[in-house]
Amino acid sequence: MVGAIEFKGVKKDFKRPDGGIVHALNGVDLKIDQGDFVCLIGPSGCGKSTMLRLLAGLDTPTDGAVFLDGEKITKPNYDRGLVFQDPNLFPWLNIYDNISFGLKARHIFKEKRDTVKEFVDLVGLSGFERSYPHQLSGGMCQRASLARALIGHPKALLLDEPLGALDAFTRMNMQDELLRIKAEQNMTMVMVTHDVDEAVYLSNKIVVMSPRPAKIEEVLEVHLSSPRDRNNPEFIRLRNEILKILNFAGREKDVEYTI
Amino acid sequence: MKKTLFRSGILLLSAAAAEIVAVAVPDSSKHQAAKHPYFAWLIIAVTAVYFIAALANHFRKGEKSDKDTLFYRAPFLAGVFLALNILNIVTVKTALLPTLYFPSLDRVFGTLFEDSELILKCVGYSSGILLVGVFGGLIVGFLMGVGIGFSSTLSYWINPLVRILGPIPSTAWIPIFLLVFPTARAASAFIIGISVWFPTVVLTSSGISNVKNSYFEVASTLGANHFWKIFKVGVPAAMPSIFLGLFNGICSSFVTLMTAEMIGAKYGMGWYVNWQKEMMCYANVYAGLIVIAVLFYLVITILFKVRDKVLLWQKGVIKW
Repeated sequence: MVGAIEFKGVKKDFKRPDGGIVHALNGVDLKIDQGDFVCLIGPSGCGKSTMLRLLAGLDTPTDGAVFLDGEKITKPNYDRGLVFQDPNLFPWLNIYDNISFGLKARHIFKEKRDTVKEFVDLVGLSGFERSYPHQLSGGMCQRASLARALIGHPKALLLDEPLGALDAFTRMNMQDELLRIKAEQNMTMVMVTHDVDEAVYLSNKIVVMSPRPAKIEEVLEVHLSSPRDRNNPEFIRLRNEILKILNFAGREKDVEYTI
Repeated sequence: MKKTLFRSGILLLSAAAAEIVAVAVPDSSKHQAAKHPYFAWLIIAVTAVYFIAALANHFRKGEKSDKDTLFYRAPFLAGVFLALNILNIVTVKTALLPTLYFPSLDRVFGTLFEDSELILKCVGYSSGILLVGVFGGLIVGFLMGVGIGFSSTLSYWINPLVRILGPIPSTAWIPIFLLVFPTARAASAFIIGISVWFPTVVLTSSGISNVKNSYFEVASTLGANHFWKIFKVGVPAAMPSIFLGLFNGICSSFVTLMTAEMIGAKYGMGWYVNWQKEMMCYANVYAGLIVIAVLFYLVITILFKVRDKVLLWQKGVIKW
């Protein structure tokens, strides 16, 4: 069992500066199987990024626990790679050194030196090893950021709106790249997104969340063959279903317009 | 082509003007005769060296920027000659300025050679103190800054100390430390250390607290431990700020060095200038100032070279 994730009764409260308490997550139970591509979707403020941060070990739950392969997550480690919306490449390192950062931090760079090239190629950045992040486009930086997270062979790759800042073309391109990398490396992927299309296109499980009180509204399984066609009737049906759960469809009835 | 002719022409014109004044106009009788009347030769030599260097640069192979166009610096050099020419006129040629305080250029430049042995000794003495003081202050300031930036306990104890002691002008310590330390040299080095320490510690700690938290988060998800996060993420990310602190510190260390040497030392450039003033040898005072300018220019240039190398990644991000 590698890369199976479980949330058990996870609660997370944040203190507001004025002393009040925000219930970011209110008793979340969720099982993610090994090799799943899970998308967490929901409006902003519904706690999906919080779930990812708990999973990464950057925050600890107020109550309950998150498990990776049966082990309780207490702190960040390289078995869970994390990619943010902002690539967060270290600007003082070139692309090669950025990608090999994890190997060096773990003092295994000498033995694994050859794998750097492999991951540079995997994300299609060969030839740019000596470039600094500010010399590359947003999409290329995000690729480098992916490679940096992947090089540690994480059991789970956590993606916090990784494509949110990219233009539409780069975005669709990167979605296919993600699927290719998933197929090659076969780890569990958990991705936070705002984009319903993206969720249906990428994942085999979609977790739809609702805000305040933040909880899981529904977990949908996607049974579409890949490569997926965005115009497939089943694709469209799923998308509409998600929008409906998120209360965007069929809303006309209960909204009063004042002009 | 036209530009090149103009640039070289204006330089030759300015040099010729300086030359004519220097050779054809008789010196004022109020001025002492210089032992080494070589100003005219100096202008010729500098012009010749410049032409050779400019042409050599023009015909060399390799990468070139705007500043490598032929005779790019010629108008500037012409300006320098003009300024020297005016100085020459108002001093030795017409004695418009008081002759005691404004000696002839020949005597100022001559002093650089006549007194070179003592001057070199003083330069060595001053740079020795500067080196010890700057490195001492830098190391202590850097370590304290890192400590304050990363540990709330250290910040609790050290920060008030920095805030109270730091703003005291380092020269105000001179009366105390000249007595406390066994030698004036050690005292000067220590006071210079203080002047470098303060800006370094403040800008190091503020640089570290301004590092994006997500850099540390990314580092920990990549398996970095605490030590690695401090020295491989926090410090490099704060490097621009650290260099800014070091730059400020070095600039104030020059002030401190000169003051400390003028008050307590028996050698050093500050002492030299002050001593020559008391001897009423203003030619030597000017010579001393020229040497100080060159010395500090070199120190700042070295700092900038190091910065350009360390902060190579910053090109196009921040400039100062």
